[in-house]
Amino acid sequence: MNNAADTIMIFLVLTNLTLLGLSRLGTCIRIVAVQGVVLGLLPLLLNGWSLELHLVFFSAAIISLKGIVFPWLLTRALRDLKTQREVEPLIGYGTSIALGMVILVICMWLGSRLPLPVAAMSTLIVPVAFFTIMSGLFLIISRKKAVTQVLGYLVMENGIYTFGVALVQKQPVLVELGILLDVFVAVFVMGITMFHINREFDHIDTDQLSRLKV
Amino acid sequence: MIILKLLNMVIALAAAPLLLGIINRTKAVFAGRTGQPLLQLYYDIWKLLRKGAVYSRSTSWIFRVGPVIGLSVALIAAALIPFGGLPAVISFKGDLILFAYLFGLSRFFTVLMAMDTGSSFEGMGASREVTFSTLSEPALLIGLAAIAKYTGYISLSQMFSSLNLSVWLNAGPAFVLVGFAILIVFLTENSRIPIDDPNTHLELTMIHEVMILDHSGPDLAMILYGAAIKMWLLGAILIGIVVPVHSGNALFDISAAMLFMILLAIVIGVIESSMARLKLLHVPQLLIGATTLSILALVLILR
Repeated sequence: MNNAADTIMIFLVLTNLTLLGLSRLGTCIRIVAVQGVVLGLLPLLLNGWSLELHLVFFSAAIISLKGIVFPWLLTRALRDLKTQREVEPLIGYGTSIALGMVILVICMWLGSRLPLPVAAMSTLIVPVAFFTIMSGLFLIISRKKAVTQVLGYLVMENGIYTFGVALVQKQPVLVELGILLDVFVAVFVMGITMFHINREFDHIDTDQLSRLKV
Repeated sequence: MIILKLLNMVIALAAAPLLLGIINRTKAVFAGRTGQPLLQLYYDIWKLLRKGAVYSRSTSWIFRVGPVIGLSVALIAAALIPFGGLPAVISFKGDLILFAYLFGLSRFFTVLMAMDTGSSFEGMGASREVTFSTLSEPALLIGLAAIAKYTGYISLSQMFSSLNLSVWLNAGPAFVLVGFAILIVFLTENSRIPIDDPNTHLELTMIHEVMILDHSGPDLAMILYGAAIKMWLLGAILIGIVVPVHSGNALFDISAAMLFMILLAIVIGVIESSMARLKLLHVPQLLIGATTLSILALVLILR
């Protein structure tokens, strides 16, 4: 049992559950940022703090993008939109956390049924990666605001990234950076889209977008 | 062996009111006051015992029997909890469930006597108490279940005596989660800030205090003493899980446990001085969070 890797995984689970139960948009963005920083440290940790150049570069890229650039973009979008600072859930906070626990138990069961071909550093990685993907998905479908949907998308990407770290000990840096670039562009485009939706309709409530067709 | 068991009981019964004194002193230091004496609760209980009780004409026998049941339940519960290295007086398989529901029984009667007075404020307090305890009970039970699964025993005495400080190496994350969950249960069950403010005297915001407004004299003394014992026992569970010192030397273990109890009281005092009471609507969220931590710990240990 690798205590350090386990602790990071449990931290990931707790941040996901906090996101499900939190009502302030600003705090949600900050939590996703902290999640990104911790995940950036994960590849270094899994390779036993061996400071190889490409690993350090990779970690630094992840941390600066997920921990600084994305939150900065989102906070700026939030400020420019002058929208209400509340999440506006379709499913209540308490229920969200309860459903999150159900998803976690299912993911734990699923993780125990899917043995990895290579021995992972922590047996928690696969179930927690699944759980992170699932809770990102849950955030996307259960919240009204466009900002929260971007956040859910980022959380999902964090899950996929964790899964990748578990599968491949030595990442092909180019592939990871390609994915990161995609996410970067996506967040950028979403920020612009949110701005346009807001300017056109004076709100970013995606629920009302379905009523556009007359 | 029997002497050690009785010693456990004696320590719990004698030192329980001291805990509240330490909490109040910590809060006084934070506020820059001198504060009440450390032994204030002992004086209060002694004063109340010498007075007569006043009963409203609208109350029935439930109002008079409630405090007695509350105190006797606390005494039975004190017999179930091991403290430091000392074993509990009574222990059998599954006594942790009895422990949780003994407090359920005492709460049931507290609520009944609050309703018995017919005061609308006491009814409000009763409804809040029931709501919050419904949510804190799963946190406590699931947390204890996680420890039971880890140790393989379902009796409190065996469970706690098989724990030692090496749990932090083997299952540290799970124990942190259980520790936090039980700390929140401790604050809820003893009606401390951030769930309830024990100093408030505004009926609209009180939870526990409002239910005992109509009690006086020996009845109030019994309620206060029962509450002090309850706080001591939940504290004993908390430090039994978080800092299980079992060196084999009984004297060392007891003094370590006492020291940690005092530390716990100071920590509670610091929490109360540095936080405000939560909005009533946010308390259920905190308790659901505590239950979540317990479930997560159980999942980690079951895995």
